[in-house]
Amino acid sequence: MSTTTAPAPRRTAPALPRKGSAPAPRRTAWTPTLLLLLGAVYCLVPVVWVVTAATKSRQELFTTFTYAPGSGFWDNLTELSSYRGGVYWQWMANSALYAGAGALLSAAVSGVTGYALAKYRFRGRSAVFNVLLAGVLMPPITLAVPQYLLMSKAGLADSYWSVLLPSILSPYGIYLSRIYAEAAIPDEVVEAARVDGAREWRLFRSVALPMMVPGLVTVFLFQFVAIWNNFLLPYIMLGDDHKFPVTVGLYSLLQQGANEPALYTLVITGALLSILPLIALFLGMQRYWRVDLLSGAVKS
Amino acid sequence: MHRRLALAAAAALCGTLVLSACSSDGGSGDSAKAASGPVKLTFWSWAPNMDKVAEIWNKAHPDIQVSVLKQAGGDDLVTKTITAAKAGNAPDLLQAEYQALPTLVSNDVLADIAKQAGSAKSQFADGVWKQVTLGSDAVYAIPEDTAPLAFYYRQDLFEQYGLKVPTTWDEFAAAARTLKQKAPEKSLTTFSANDPGLFAGLAQQAGAKWWTTSGESWKVAIDDPATKKVADFWSGLVKDGSVDNQPMYTPAWSKALNDGTQIGWVSAVWAPGVLTSSAPDTKGKWAMAPLPQWESGASVTGSWGGSATGVTTGAVKSGHAEAAAKFATWLNTDPEALAGLVQQVNVYPAATSAQTGSLLSAAPEFFANQPDFYARAAEIAKGTAPAAWGPNVNVAYSAFKDAFGKAAQDKGDFGPALSTMQQSTVEDLKKNGFQVG
Repeated sequence: MSTTTAPAPRRTAPALPRKGSAPAPRRTAWTPTLLLLLGAVYCLVPVVWVVTAATKSRQELFTTFTYAPGSGFWDNLTELSSYRGGVYWQWMANSALYAGAGALLSAAVSGVTGYALAKYRFRGRSAVFNVLLAGVLMPPITLAVPQYLLMSKAGLADSYWSVLLPSILSPYGIYLSRIYAEAAIPDEVVEAARVDGAREWRLFRSVALPMMVPGLVTVFLFQFVAIWNNFLLPYIMLGDDHKFPVTVGLYSLLQQGANEPALYTLVITGALLSILPLIALFLGMQRYWRVDLLSGAVKS
Repeated sequence: MHRRLALAAAAALCGTLVLSACSSDGGSGDSAKAASGPVKLTFWSWAPNMDKVAEIWNKAHPDIQVSVLKQAGGDDLVTKTITAAKAGNAPDLLQAEYQALPTLVSNDVLADIAKQAGSAKSQFADGVWKQVTLGSDAVYAIPEDTAPLAFYYRQDLFEQYGLKVPTTWDEFAAAARTLKQKAPEKSLTTFSANDPGLFAGLAQQAGAKWWTTSGESWKVAIDDPATKKVADFWSGLVKDGSVDNQPMYTPAWSKALNDGTQIGWVSAVWAPGVLTSSAPDTKGKWAMAPLPQWESGASVTGSWGGSATGVTTGAVKSGHAEAAAKFATWLNTDPEALAGLVQQVNVYPAATSAQTGSLLSAAPEFFANQPDFYARAAEIAKGTAPAAWGPNVNVAYSAFKDAFGKAAQDKGDFGPALSTMQQSTVEDLKKNGFQVG
């Protein structure tokens, strides 16, 4: 689900029509098309698998043809919902809280920071930015255990905060916001607003922020998906299974010890349901990417 | 993917943690006991419905309230627990697999509860109790469930192909070969390089003692003659194709069990649960027999899995050791608790009284054709060979998966793979500051 393209400001001039020369007949480029098709199949096969496997009952799961839909979807759904008093929906709600609040706060922090780094000149600016770049290169996995020790020193281990707080600061989000602010907010507009007497906060709030919306939406989506899919951080941080996000919760259904059959059908159904919010979010927020305030702001 | 990352982090973490294992200070005893209000204990367990058993306790003991926090089991949980203990957030009580106990003890996670719970010894078989004392005078956990190995086979297909239920490993090999001749597309079983626990159990049966201590130093004997014998036996079967070489617990394996491509399974007493979900169409067609023996007439078996309930050093520090040990003992020896464990949590209890009592009089539903299932299981369990675990079982296990996985895939010799396993285990022990003799 993380295969989105960063929205590049559209600057390409429309091709000038030439007089006299007839347009060459369009040839289908077979090699790239085939390659892309292969890529699409590669990405979609697992999704198709999850969808069909979720419809199979326990009896059908390993016995019927892999991509043939089964008859047990409704039973799986009710069984999943009633499992341990509906703890699955608690996990979904937790995931929504972690990812929703985390991504929102992260987008806010990234927006402010990125804007400041892009539009103000102050001492240590490049140092801050370089540290951020280093942060982008650091895989979050390596930070999980130190963050756990830190949180536990603060007495926050095994709390909602322990998962929420580390998700708010996203070096990549700040980096993206800075790049975006630099490209999307022309200095002339900032200066014009200052000349018109706007204070700095007003300037950010009413002039810069609307221009940064497409960039911030991207940051929000990236961060939402990253938190939603995150496993190791909540796995280490949380001991109370009622605070688990859906990733860790489903994992605990698979690892129940040998005495109990692994609840494959429940896990697969749970996995299918857990990607629906992501799909809905992407479809719903796509239109914000089309908003391009840059086109009319200044003549460049 | 996530799991692999978690394991990688786990491996990296273990290295640093073991080194600093000796640095934390000892507990301050039970003196700090809270003055008022009920003692609140937390219990990490992966077993489903464990909270319902704890509920029985909570009703009867208003002064000690236990809340079960359900975790994902497996090797990752050991790492998670060690990390939590280092940060001072360990739960008071802990479910742990036997092979993880030395790791947890050497990382100062589990407390010695010999004083509070030593009297429970008489309720368990000797070999089982030895696993929680680690061969010392201490008691680090109370046995919860055991998993003696047995041989499961498809009764109907054995009859159809005129196979005799093997009582020795020689007969087992002969049966595998006969089956291949009569029905080349079928296999007696598979050798799974994904399940080191099974291989360890088979080696135990042959008399292997992988980790032993003498004084302050560890001795690792993964490539001892007993284990070699087991490795060579399976290597021979895999090499000439008499048994399959695909890993267990994959969809393909489930399918093979369900449609009768594989007609036998060397597994533990919990096999009915797995067969229920993996091979639902074969209900009532399986039977359990004792594990084939190396010496005709013997009745030795190994185990694959099983777990115990431990009290953490964290509980000692917060003055809850007494209460926690009481609960751990109750959970695994009290008739009411054992009934809960058997009926709700679905474990095969470690307490000998529960193994033969009325609790397990009815066979599992999937094995309704074998009404004396649990009576036989108790008989098999009596011959469980003691296990000898060390502080880096996880390293040995992952070395097994790598080396044996490759050897099984290539249908090659298992000898070199065994040496690799031995070598990696010894090196890791040395690297982590243990003396290796």
